[in-house]
Amino acid sequence: MVKQLTKKLLSSIALAALLGTAAISTPVSAATLRMAWSQDATGLDPHTQTAFSSIRLLELIYEPLVRLDAGLQIVPALADSWQFSADGLELTFKLNPKAMFQSGAAVTSADVKASFERVLDEATGAAARANFLSIAGIDTPDATTVVFKLSHPDAPILAAMAGMNAAIVPASEIAAGTIGTKAIGSGPFKLESWDPNSKEVLVANQDWAGGAIGVDGIDISVLPDETAILAALRTGQIDFALLNDPLVATLVPREDGLQLNRMPSIDYHVLQLNPSREPMTQLGVRQAISCAIDRQDVLDTASLGEGKVTGPLTIPAFASDPSQLFCYQRDVEKAKKLMADAGYAGGFSASVIAATGEPATAAAEAQVIQSQLAEIGIKLDIKMMELNVYIDAWLKGDFDMAVALNGGRADPYTMYNRYWTKTGNLQKVSNFADDTLDSLLQKGRVETDPAARKVIFGEFEKDISEKSPWIWLYSSYSYTAQQKTVSGFVPSPTGSLFSLSSVTIQQ
Amino acid sequence: MNYLTRRLVTFPFVLIGVSSLVFVAIRMVPGDSITAMLGTDAGLLTPTQREALAVYFGIDQPWFVQYGRWLLGLLQGDLGISVTYGKPVFEVILKRFPLTLELALLSMIIALSVGVPAGVFAATHNERPSDLAVRIVAMIGQSTPSFVLGLLIIYALSAGFGVLPIMGEFSPLWQDPLANLSQLIFPAITLGFAFAASVTRISRSAMLDILSEDYVRTARSKGASSRSVTWRHALPNALIPVVTLSGIEFGYLLGGAVIVEQIYALPGLGRMVLGAILQRDYALVQGTVLFIALNFMIVNLLVDLAYFALDPRIRLRDR
Repeated sequence: MVKQLTKKLLSSIALAALLGTAAISTPVSAATLRMAWSQDATGLDPHTQTAFSSIRLLELIYEPLVRLDAGLQIVPALADSWQFSADGLELTFKLNPKAMFQSGAAVTSADVKASFERVLDEATGAAARANFLSIAGIDTPDATTVVFKLSHPDAPILAAMAGMNAAIVPASEIAAGTIGTKAIGSGPFKLESWDPNSKEVLVANQDWAGGAIGVDGIDISVLPDETAILAALRTGQIDFALLNDPLVATLVPREDGLQLNRMPSIDYHVLQLNPSREPMTQLGVRQAISCAIDRQDVLDTASLGEGKVTGPLTIPAFASDPSQLFCYQRDVEKAKKLMADAGYAGGFSASVIAATGEPATAAAEAQVIQSQLAEIGIKLDIKMMELNVYIDAWLKGDFDMAVALNGGRADPYTMYNRYWTKTGNLQKVSNFADDTLDSLLQKGRVETDPAARKVIFGEFEKDISEKSPWIWLYSSYSYTAQQKTVSGFVPSPTGSLFSLSSVTIQQ
Repeated sequence: MNYLTRRLVTFPFVLIGVSSLVFVAIRMVPGDSITAMLGTDAGLLTPTQREALAVYFGIDQPWFVQYGRWLLGLLQGDLGISVTYGKPVFEVILKRFPLTLELALLSMIIALSVGVPAGVFAATHNERPSDLAVRIVAMIGQSTPSFVLGLLIIYALSAGFGVLPIMGEFSPLWQDPLANLSQLIFPAITLGFAFAASVTRISRSAMLDILSEDYVRTARSKGASSRSVTWRHALPNALIPVVTLSGIEFGYLLGGAVIVEQIYALPGLGRMVLGAILQRDYALVQGTVLFIALNFMIVNLLVDLAYFALDPRIRLRDR
């Protein structure tokens, strides 16, 4: 009897497995884009959310005044046009009169004013507030005109306004205190449902002022394991995916029917030194570390060569040839001499912190650096940490060295003032105050001529590479993978998925 | 006071102990809800901004005040609000629990239906090649990490057969049984494989002990058939260690099978609590751990009661 029962049970399991495999991969709807990513958004408030995954979701729902295109040029979003006054103290926007929130209300200058006042209000807790401190007042002469009064010329403010942290939200929702609990934007998609760490359902906003949308909606599944995402792509369970791990991304082109979109990112992998700790206080030691590191080897070993060696400026419009920067060709003999001159011929011991899985290449980068620095007598102890523990130590500047993947920005000032100006919010992290670097960044901030700005930031790049408070390594790619039946997606160096608004799916 | 009442009386004390430990432990880990939300951008906040966010996340007061508040809420049946989900913690747990419960039950069914017969078979064929084969398979099952097996299954299904279980969203059994089974059967096999291996090994050794007992020899000498001796006389007595093992394993599974839920993208309790820890969603971590501890205690109690049912000679009393 027990045997029979066992047989029946085993047969049931086998049958269920067969039914299981038979019941899968049924398309939800031909015009709905089925998408997956491994990390979900952490919240819905566009002004306070800074996580990459949150921004990717929110940029489909909300809109800023302007946005960045794939070439990092500023293009219209809610604003049709904009202009700086001759003295650089006024920035005027004309809003698109057709722009509407998903509630049906028009987007007006009052909403813009209320949104920026919310960002500037310290009670909101918006980290991006630091980018808008030059705003002295906001005038709204009519429903579609907004004038920002600036306390001093601030060329990078326009690029900062292109970020999701400067999204325009309805003034009525601010007054009701529902920002973050309801998602009412003016973007191409409406958030129909959100089950955190599981699934999001977006439906096309047919009233979007930006034009026609190519799909009926987007169903986003959160699949934490990227090999499972690849498997889901392979079986046609999903149409589109965001990938982070280069080891998984490089497998995509091997699959028929799949396409990998690879875009150089403006984020940068860096070895942060702590110049407030001995012996990194000494210029010679920092330069020795810079000369001892083979950046291409780090890139090849840790990231399968997926990326390119970079200097501090990763933005295409400002980037220079990194081979011209200090010690970008590895020179171990020079490194040893610099160490000896600094009084460390026998080397020293230090630790390097790295976050587990963030980025996916962090541990491998630390290991390659450890072996390279061993050649000049530096014994590195690698400390792998859970991300939040790492961030806590990082923010306190409590490390000898740190392997990091830091976010790039469309403007060099916004990207680096936090670290390298004397009043930068993250001075405690860089632990390095330098008159020349501070002065160059301040000059770049007020200069409005693009050619002159490029020269200023070029000097900044050369100077900081020589002083070597950090060792810039490489910039990697941002990856998306898709079925070849999906067309129209334009990848962006910022990793933006905004162009999903224009994709179509072939039947 | 009978055994059951005494056990039930201890529940609140154990729960308070567990909750205190979790409350302190998660706050001792560096990083907080603010760094979890903002990452390195948390460094851009002014002290006033940080204070405003601390109030929002409920971490502005000293830890003992926070604990007092949480305990007061607990006594009123309120586990707090999850800042990630924006919903009451208990509601979030109840939404995720059916999947975890079903996965645990399914993998236990697989483990027992495979493991017990395999263990009995191996014991009755002791030291024969078939016994060796069962032991080797059981050893492989026990030593194969579930993430390896899970990834192999996913790879084999997707690359070999072009199919894959539905991942991401959970289809409840009562809404769509077919989709539900298709979603859970492979994760259950992944979990059940190692579980079955343990059950096989323990069933085999328990059966070997029992089969050498005097009463089994007596039954044989009285002419009972081999089948009757094995299944009627020996097996019920050999089940006690299997019940103990199953109880412990089932208790663990009710806490969520984190790795399997991650690999198969199942929105269960394990994945939720992992996310809550990473997000420093304190209320959700505390509430979920409390819920898991309660489940574990209930399962343990049921195991004790099962001993009594299996062998009436056992009298339950405090040791």
